[in-house]
Amino acid sequence: MQLIKDKQVIQDSWTFIPDEAPLNADFNIVSQTRWRQEGADLINRKGALGLRLESDAIVEEIVADLKHFQLIELHFPIFTDGRAFTHARLLRSRFGFTGDIRVSGDFMRDQVFYLSRVGVSSFVLNDQENALEVIAAMDDFSVVYQESVA
Amino acid sequence: MYQYTDKDQTIIDERVTQFRDQTERFLKGEIPEDKYRALRLMNGVYVQTHAPLLRVAGPYGLLSSKQVRKLASIARDYDKGFCHFTTRQNIQFNWPALERVPDILEELASVQMHAIQTSGNCLRNTTSDQLAGVCKDEIEDPRPYCEIIRQWTILHPEFAYLPRKFKIAVSGAKLDRAATQFHDIGLHLVENEHGVVGFKVFVGGGLGRTPVIGQMIKPFLEKEHLLSYLEAILRVYNLQGRRDNKYKARIKILVRETGLAEFSKQVDTEWALIKDKLVIPAERITEMCAQFALPAYQSDAAQDTSYAEHVAKDSRFAAWIKHNTAEHKIDGYRAVYISLKAPDSPPGDCTDVQLDAIAGLADEYSFGMVRTTHRQNLVLADIKQADLFVLWQKLESLKLATPNIGKATDMICCPGLDYCSLALAGSIGVAKEINEALDSIDYVHDLGEIKINISGCMNGCAHQSVGHIGILGVDKKGEEWYQVTLGGSSENDAAIGDRLGPSVSKEEITPVVIKLLEVYLEQRLNEDEAFLATYRRVGMNPFKERVYATN
Repeated sequence: MQLIKDKQVIQDSWTFIPDEAPLNADFNIVSQTRWRQEGADLINRKGALGLRLESDAIVEEIVADLKHFQLIELHFPIFTDGRAFTHARLLRSRFGFTGDIRVSGDFMRDQVFYLSRVGVSSFVLNDQENALEVIAAMDDFSVVYQESVA
Repeated sequence: MYQYTDKDQTIIDERVTQFRDQTERFLKGEIPEDKYRALRLMNGVYVQTHAPLLRVAGPYGLLSSKQVRKLASIARDYDKGFCHFTTRQNIQFNWPALERVPDILEELASVQMHAIQTSGNCLRNTTSDQLAGVCKDEIEDPRPYCEIIRQWTILHPEFAYLPRKFKIAVSGAKLDRAATQFHDIGLHLVENEHGVVGFKVFVGGGLGRTPVIGQMIKPFLEKEHLLSYLEAILRVYNLQGRRDNKYKARIKILVRETGLAEFSKQVDTEWALIKDKLVIPAERITEMCAQFALPAYQSDAAQDTSYAEHVAKDSRFAAWIKHNTAEHKIDGYRAVYISLKAPDSPPGDCTDVQLDAIAGLADEYSFGMVRTTHRQNLVLADIKQADLFVLWQKLESLKLATPNIGKATDMICCPGLDYCSLALAGSIGVAKEINEALDSIDYVHDLGEIKINISGCMNGCAHQSVGHIGILGVDKKGEEWYQVTLGGSSENDAAIGDRLGPSVSKEEITPVVIKLLEVYLEQRLNEDEAFLATYRRVGMNPFKERVYATN
């Protein structure tokens, strides 16, 4: 999987760990289910921690925990599910999350302009996507009407 | 009217580039069908029975003559010489080739037009009153606010992938001519007890499969908070709206399932957090109002005497004045409806020749502007009374002066089975048959104000559920049948029509409509009691008995 962060193609150091698997990396992303069950242990563990939010997540529920995460991953079950756009915006502008906000799953190149605008900073690409074209698409428009976080 | 700035122009130019790239990638097989579908819909491109359909935005129904000429040339060069005006003040081309759509968009961009968000699950074109700025019953011109909303909606980064489509309408007059209570958000300009003008906000209205009348969520919203309040509603909807079932995904279902009180509370909680960050500065409102300043009316227009003479002498002209023109707030002027409901042409269609001619008439008589109406007609809003007679003659020669505005043959009609891949039954053919049955214009005038709306399927593009007589095409074992409703209204007295009874066959539908009209004529108290009023007074029974009588 290719990763774009801050408009650069980089090596991804993070790994999403399925709930039943042990945490074995230095940069682990866990589900909200796991965070609820094992939160205390996860905080005490060495290494960086990321949280994956599914599209039906309620961002307000994790606001108090944000300080424990270096990364929030917003996962698209299908590209038409637009809740992640609001999640990103709330995390960035309302709750002041300064870590990496990444998107993964079924989003598409034609959405990265919007995603960048609402505060998403990294993109896990599908294999088919050409990274340089995706980076270029982040600047599809040079002017905008609405205020946003980025 | 609003003139694009460099920024507005840049946005639509860059959109053309983006859509051209998306279409080329699709044609090369680089974007899967389902993903391209969402992208093309958000640019107004449907794939229909015969060819793609392109829906072009008509922002709150206002077009310049230059734009109308461009529509004519597109109809000629890319289509079969005509276009169609829709119930949301947009313009549709029925026969473009997909690979040429980017070229059409480029042509449109050259006259400050686009097709952005005219379809898809996103914020759609904002609609308004076709008599905005000229009607006598206006509290304030809604168009400056429509344009502010238009800019806020275009490419909104957070609300581009909503659970379902989202439509906003704004009315500035006492009489709601924009069907605002049947929109996801309806805004009415109102004056509060301190003489301050703001918005009364309705939410959760909509037509389609489950017609619902919008409920008032805020009796008075200060103008400067318009965008923050809209944003609060959209944020709640984007997060809470149902995404598991597209028939339950509109905000009307969310409001119903949540309850208005609880929904309103959630919106207010969200609003409180963003209210002060998204204020519309007073200067911006002033600047925007200046874009819609009144044209240079002639102060002596009312002194003309020729108009009264023509009315007295020519009964056909007098009938056209009575039925196809409306009062104007400036003495000596009237607003003229151009009827796109000539008996022999599909409702709302207009040819390239007619479009060019209309543009010329707008330049000559109406400050170069044309408006579209949600009942699929056009308006020249600022006609001096001295010009009315000659304008009428010219419109007559173009078959654009059928004196039937608001009458039985001024039907709203969707493309139906003739064009649409969703349709279950024909609608244009039914309109044509009703027109043929009502071939006496005196009879049509005697029937008075009546709105007949015909949709070819329950998606209800022609707003059949709010027609005084609504006709809905249904499929019955592979045959076209029609369900009839009575008593709907999209105005201030908003109502959803009641079902007449079992559906009727294609052969029966026109005779049924004629029977309904006969019952009305028999039952009405006098000529001043319109169909809707009679129906509300006498109820369903007399109509039902006549239609379903067994001889």
